[in-house]
Amino acid sequence: MRNAQAGPAPRGMGVQILLMLLVILFCVFPFYWMVTTSLKTQILALESPPVWIFEPTLANYSEVLLKDGVGTTLINSLIIAVSTTLLAVLLGCPAAYALARFEFRGKRDLWFWFITNRMVSPIVLALPFFLIVRKIGLLDTHLVLILIYLTFNLPIVIWICTDQFRSVPYDLNEAAMLEGASQWRIFRSICLPLAVPGVAVSSIFSFIFSWNELMYALVLTRNNAKTAPAMAVSFMEGYNLPYGKIMATSTLIVIPVIVFALIASKHLVRGLTMGAVK
Amino acid sequence: MPVNASSGTIRRSTILAFLGPSVVTLLVIGIGPLLYAVWTSLHYFNLTKLKKVKFIGMENYASVLTDSVFWEALGRTFLLLVISLPIQLAIGLGIALLLHQPGVGFLKTLTRLSLVLPMATTYAVVGLLGQVMFNLKYGVVNQLIGFVGFDPVNWIGDPTNAFIAITFWDIWQWTPFVALVLLAGLTTVPSEIEEAAKLETKRWFTVLRYVQLPFLIPALTAVLILRTADTLKLFDMVFTMTRGGPGSSTELISLMIQRVGFRSFDQGLASAQAIILLIITIILSQLYIRLLYKEV
Repeated sequence: MRNAQAGPAPRGMGVQILLMLLVILFCVFPFYWMVTTSLKTQILALESPPVWIFEPTLANYSEVLLKDGVGTTLINSLIIAVSTTLLAVLLGCPAAYALARFEFRGKRDLWFWFITNRMVSPIVLALPFFLIVRKIGLLDTHLVLILIYLTFNLPIVIWICTDQFRSVPYDLNEAAMLEGASQWRIFRSICLPLAVPGVAVSSIFSFIFSWNELMYALVLTRNNAKTAPAMAVSFMEGYNLPYGKIMATSTLIVIPVIVFALIASKHLVRGLTMGAVK
Repeated sequence: MPVNASSGTIRRSTILAFLGPSVVTLLVIGIGPLLYAVWTSLHYFNLTKLKKVKFIGMENYASVLTDSVFWEALGRTFLLLVISLPIQLAIGLGIALLLHQPGVGFLKTLTRLSLVLPMATTYAVVGLLGQVMFNLKYGVVNQLIGFVGFDPVNWIGDPTNAFIAITFWDIWQWTPFVALVLLAGLTTVPSEIEEAAKLETKRWFTVLRYVQLPFLIPALTAVLILRTADTLKLFDMVFTMTRGGPGSSTELISLMIQRVGFRSFDQGLASAQAIILLIITIILSQLYIRLLYKEV
């Protein structure tokens, strides 16, 4: 980062600080509202106009976790997100290495295919997937979501890791090849250890996307493999909505995502634009 | 046939061993179902009348193309895009310029971290939060606009207002993304050029227009295409907030296809709609890759 030779005028600085505080408020306020609503009793939550100062209670949390089975759905989400991420990394890393190091025909088409996977609406695959899965009796299983989430996780992992492998100096490859090492050896023992940051970032992405996903979960699960977002949505039935419970569930869903997103915040733009903007 | 790498040759079987597993996986879970969707789209296929499945050729496509519901949903999706994208670009550019200025390092980091929150948040939760905050009686939005003298607005229950509410919510969630992408673009401007320009003129707009803008083109292109694709994908947030209603006032294209396929059970028609949506997406992806990845 460079320094300005002459700092901005004090008045300009004041405006700058004010505007930044405004941006922070704009971004953070809904989260504040989510958490405070989750700490209200149903009677308080249905106060009109809404109250800002009240005695917080954790009743919603104990109710959704112990009575409504949100805990189980959180575990389902965790199992699915972790498994699909592990699979994506396992399959994606060698592919990324190949894309970074080898020249071959059809490479451009592969890139194109991955980009399309990033952009296509999940409904396009949800329709046939539902019919197929129903036919082979796998509806409402963890496996189905683990597999279908690979359609967006695998391209992301391959994408980010390819970038990472490219940044590993090629000299290392050449030296190892002169020693007679096989490509697999070079990948495993030399390049992969140096690509750990990329693997970590892409794992975080894969986890966040899987954890956040709703449409496939809605269409392909019922009870057994129901994920937490699908559970949160099912509270939305009926007339007097249990706002406190909905917001408590939402808070529980959002916490891990926010932690991971903040960890990977430096790489978020690159990941979301598939590397087009560094 | 061996293919040349920059030194030595790498056998085709080696390349296959590295790439094969993921390509095969994506073929099985991605392309396979897609082909099945094409097959479904050529049939009369209703989940409640599975005995009556029969081949009807392009009939589903013909009904999609002449169906006003489809075009209205597509039109609504693009309406959302043309309203929210310019606002996201304007505010996003403002935030990016704000953060690009020197000074107040700590607050800048804090701002950047807060920008990460909206776009990472589970889209379904964003929609639920919208439900709660935009509620007519219990919502904080009506309370806040009440402070500045507005009457409470029936956001979710009125067709036009519901559309405004989801547009506002889309702007809330994605302006930070636009801001961060543009900020990344701004850092690609060589600092000597920028400093020199700032010595030449005091007007920030001149600097933006003639010095920074040319370097922002890739970031702007990425935003334009990705936001288009993401709006065509948009489902979770709107579904949890309004279910596409009231009426069909917030039924975007992905919601409409989901309703036809899973709530009207007409899988054949829905598949035809999905394939048309896929074709639009493929054209967008082509644009993305042509304009942004010159080296691959």
